[in-house]
Amino acid sequence: MSLRSPLGRALGAGSAKSGVGHWWTQRITAAALVPLGIWFAVSVLSLDALDYASVRAWLAQPLTTVGALLLVLTLLWHSSLGVQVVIEDYVHHEGLKVTSLVLVKFAHVVLAVAGVYALLIIAFAAPGAPA
Amino acid sequence: MYTMVLSISHRITGVLLSLGSILLTYWLFAVALGPEAYATAQGLLSSGFAKLVWAGLVVSFCYHLANGLRHLAWDCGWGFEKRQARASGWGVVAVTVVLSLAALAASLHFLGAGA
Repeated sequence: MSLRSPLGRALGAGSAKSGVGHWWTQRITAAALVPLGIWFAVSVLSLDALDYASVRAWLAQPLTTVGALLLVLTLLWHSSLGVQVVIEDYVHHEGLKVTSLVLVKFAHVVLAVAGVYALLIIAFAAPGAPA
Repeated sequence: MYTMVLSISHRITGVLLSLGSILLTYWLFAVALGPEAYATAQGLLSSGFAKLVWAGLVVSFCYHLANGLRHLAWDCGWGFEKRQARASGWGVVAVTVVLSLAALAASLHFLGAGA
């Protein structure tokens, strides 16, 4: 039997609130990326050529747009969580750690918005029309 | 010892793929902007250095995928024994080599065409 108080045992052990959520979300996005990543890679490699017309026509197909939207969002979510762990593990200077964590989050949000915007433009712009 | 190398490689390839997501977004954006922007992107992405980056990303993708499945199996409580972990590690290396070679072979017709 321990003589330490419950508070004494918990202090300094870290938060018990958000860690599980982070761990779980990283696994869920990882599992989702298995089919999404394989589908995207196989589809791109199956294109006859990577010229503008072929790529645009492929991305504009409804199923491709939906799949690519899911891929971009899941990929960047998973990436954001993963890079966060790497920074937390290897950057020990507190100010540098917080700054890089914030910058990495911002960068991922910017990439996600840009990727979604690009895919929607491709899906909704008339074929051949200037974007 | 080598399971440690596999472990740190998972993080390294993960970070490389995160950087690769910048290229993916740029490529999608170039398609959205139109033929001129896409031609510029194709020019940038067809340099010798870009081909090296492409090969690195292909290997990173295959490794992170194979070893990621190994991690998910561990999370389900499977394959934790030292002997199993070492065997699945070699499996990951083998799958990475085969998948990477297949993907690189399948992308040769793009690389040759300057895209």
